[in-house]
Amino acid sequence: MLQIIRKALPQSLKRPPLMTDRAASLQALLRRAPYVQTLNMRCDIRGDEMTGIMRFDPRLIGNSAKNVLHGGAIGSFLEITAMAQVFLLGDLDTPPRPINLTIDYLRAGQAEDMYARAIVTKMGRRIANVQCAAWQSDREKPIASLRANFMLLPMETLPEK
Amino acid sequence: MPDPENQADIIRENMAKAIAYIPWAKETGFELCSFTKDRVSGKINWRESLIGDPETGVIHGGAITSLLDSLAGMAVIAALNTFKSTATLDLRIDYMRPARKGLTIYGEAECYHMTRTIAFIRGRAYHEEDDKTIATATGTFALNRIENWSTGKHVADNPQSASAKSEKAPSDD
Repeated sequence: MLQIIRKALPQSLKRPPLMTDRAASLQALLRRAPYVQTLNMRCDIRGDEMTGIMRFDPRLIGNSAKNVLHGGAIGSFLEITAMAQVFLLGDLDTPPRPINLTIDYLRAGQAEDMYARAIVTKMGRRIANVQCAAWQSDREKPIASLRANFMLLPMETLPEK
Repeated sequence: MPDPENQADIIRENMAKAIAYIPWAKETGFELCSFTKDRVSGKINWRESLIGDPETGVIHGGAITSLLDSLAGMAVIAALNTFKSTATLDLRIDYMRPARKGLTIYGEAECYHMTRTIAFIRGRAYHEEDDKTIATATGTFALNRIENWSTGKHVADNPQSASAKSEKAPSDD
């Protein structure tokens, strides 16, 4: 019923895009990406706050003897959390593409769930700079942090070489 | 306790088998191609579970990070003369171009400098078909003598701790 009324309204009276719409497209984007599912991760979005969550799974282990998470899995988790935060703040439909990233490994990742939050340091027209940190049981003791640059524009829109 | 020199050889000889104890390497389809003191190489075949963008079928950058992270760690182990525990300090990845759908991603890494406490590595990922670099990696690893595991001391090559030889697992490294 509501949809019928909204359709009948003139364009100018329709509501502007809301953060919740942006969140919905981000969730759809993450759901469609097989690698995000392989990592067993999702994003919890409350307003403009977003937390990446990687549920522990034995497949994420990098050293069975020490029972710690693989550095590649932790790095991927940080990268996707950072990408998601940039996407959430942006207005493009295509996912931001990483240009480069640096992962600092601070502590071994234990066989537990992992969380991450990202801060967009600069949102440019073409490039975004992001910082991201991951923790487990104690947020004061980060497991790893990431600094990355993302290209916002899709490949097709970039000028020819 | 076996001779440390032989320990390093044993690790080198059994590296291919050791990968079976890295579940994430198995999950991402990592395969070791070569393992010598100067260089290690490996690959991941294109597979659906690694796709980042379903529109293009391109493998996610994170899978390439995982490949290069594994190879970097192995390059450090390959270069060691005596066995030490290794812990990644940092890893930087530069993405040159997207990987191509359906193609195997090859990776290689080398340890180009080592001090008593730190190993410096560089590596790259590429497609064999056109030899174009997909991504480059540089990283550093902290080295700890295994004797220090039991003492909890993470100051590598501390002569004071060399006498402690308990078999206890490391608490943190």
